Amino acid sequence: MKQLIIYLLAGLLWIMPVLANAALTIEITGGVEGALPIAVVPFDTSRLSSKLPVDIAGIVASDLNRSGVLKSMERTRLPANPHYSNQVQYARWRTAGQDYLVVGRVLEKSPGLYNIEFQLLDVLKQKQLLGRSMPAKKRNLRSRAHQISDFIYEQITGTRGAFNTRIAFVRAQKDAARKYVLQVADTDGFNAQNVLESDEPIMSPSWSPDGKSLAYVSFENERPEIFIQHLATARRSKVAGFRGLNSAPSWSPDGKFLALVLSKDGSPDIYTLNTATKRLKRLTTHRSIDTEPVWSSDGRTIIFTSDRAGSPQLYRIDVGGGKPKRVTFEGRYNTAASLSPDGKFIAMVHGERGQYKIAQYERETGNLTVLTDSSLDESPSFSPNGKMVLYASTRGNNGFLYAVSIDGRAKHKLSDQAGDIREPVWGPFESK
Amino acid sequence: MKLYNAMKTWIIAGLVAVVVTACATTQEEMIDGDGAPIDDQAQTGMVDDGSSGGADATGLDGADGGDGMAISDMDAISRLQQTEGALANRTIYFEFDSAKLTSESIQILETHGSFVAGNGEVSVRLEGHADERGSREYNIALGDRRAQSVRRVLLFQGASADQVETVSYGEEEPAMQGHTEEAWAKNRRVELIYTVN
Repeated sequence: MKQLIIYLLAGLLWIMPVLANAALTIEITGGVEGALPIAVVPFDTSRLSSKLPVDIAGIVASDLNRSGVLKSMERTRLPANPHYSNQVQYARWRTAGQDYLVVGRVLEKSPGLYNIEFQLLDVLKQKQLLGRSMPAKKRNLRSRAHQISDFIYEQITGTRGAFNTRIAFVRAQKDAARKYVLQVADTDGFNAQNVLESDEPIMSPSWSPDGKSLAYVSFENERPEIFIQHLATARRSKVAGFRGLNSAPSWSPDGKFLALVLSKDGSPDIYTLNTATKRLKRLTTHRSIDTEPVWSSDGRTIIFTSDRAGSPQLYRIDVGGGKPKRVTFEGRYNTAASLSPDGKFIAMVHGERGQYKIAQYERETGNLTVLTDSSLDESPSFSPNGKMVLYASTRGNNGFLYAVSIDGRAKHKLSDQAGDIREPVWGPFESK
Repeated sequence: MKLYNAMKTWIIAGLVAVVVTACATTQEEMIDGDGAPIDDQAQTGMVDDGSSGGADATGLDGADGGDGMAISDMDAISRLQQTEGALANRTIYFEFDSAKLTSESIQILETHGSFVAGNGEVSVRLEGHADERGSREYNIALGDRRAQSVRRVLLFQGASADQVETVSYGEEEPAMQGHTEEAWAKNRRVELIYTVN
């Protein structure tokens, strides 16, 4: 009876997927020498029946800037305002020191139905590198702008862009009606949507590989339990509510399994759960803490944190079982692994002399590079193209989201006035 | 959960003085056991030992409960309401990245364990916490280990497994805000929260 009442109340209280307007603003905190100069001219919107709600060129310029690979020219310094390639006087842009130029326009097919056209031009060779026309609706204009950034980034760098993907994170607000909110937002922090609101802590969001669901830990029943929630429908189910700890869910690359941490058999250990059959398999049995499992992209290995050697370090274990092998040796505190998509790098929290920073470990060479210079950093998460690492950093009373390029040279902050933001996790590529 | 509890439940916020001392050998074993991480076998061994501890405590229970449940209830509640003594001490603190109990903590917890063992209507929730440093997932596991360390002492003293619930909040619910050694020390803790049914 007691349980029933709790569930009924929980049902009423928790599931509130609503559109939130709390946008994050971006602030570039580290400039990069040698970034390629690109000018993104404001797109022509003069033929539209009403003003466009978003500044497409502004979004693109900001995206490209954040990559650290490109440096977009300040709008006030643009020497001209062309919208078509045949209006471009290349000499002016060369004099202005630009290597690339983006021009574009927005056309209206019918009210609220647009066509966005843009061209990427090589200033030195004086030729078009890329030209696209894409349909858009009012509600996906931002997403289209991020797609344009992806096209441009890939054309110039040869690497797939990850601007048009999403991030999930937990926001804690002391004085809000619901203290904890799990949110999903665009990679620039805009379009934040609430996935779950709760009076009790929410932790450890993990994206399903198709980007359609999140697994997370919720304390709504006053203990940590693991849930899976389908984002579009807000339909959710509890997948682990065992005695003791139920934590750190992580989706396998094929979407069929969750790795998770349970302490029902004694100490925190790594298990895999077949989400269809609900079959649990215990992978580690050590009496120490084993946690934070993440899958290799081939789904055969799990990297996890263990303090079996006295201090927390990263280990790897075969999904089939066997004896774990230690991965990290440098320093006394290496936790919270995130694997690069190609499996060559591990981003982690690296503790050194009482400071906790984000570091990157190159598996082949064993080189460890510290990427941040703050002291309370956590939850690193690779972008799906492996070029950036998103993380949370505590400053003063609040946590903020940052992203740093994998060479550590470019860093930007996704800042926000509201609340304490933690546990960011970068979602997968949209399926093409 | 307490708010929706349909059963007649008292949540006790006060504190206590009654002393139930465990024998010296028990204490030494616990200190040894806690010096290194306890493996599953050792843990099982202790739980077994715990039932004989529980038999000791049955004498207490019998003495109190002889006149019926109401008196027993009152007794447990009034003992929990005392503001001095080991039972009044409901927070156990830990070193950084450690679930090891100090010998002072073990003494305090032995009193709690005997009290729980001697009062079947009492249940206790052990909430493990960690300071903010490092990763949240590791910290929630650490909070779990801390709560388990405390639980083992209570079971060893004869508390029954279904009277003792553990939950870890990791670094999610700090007792003190701030990024100082003082705040961190206050946050590395297990809180004992009693319920009398």
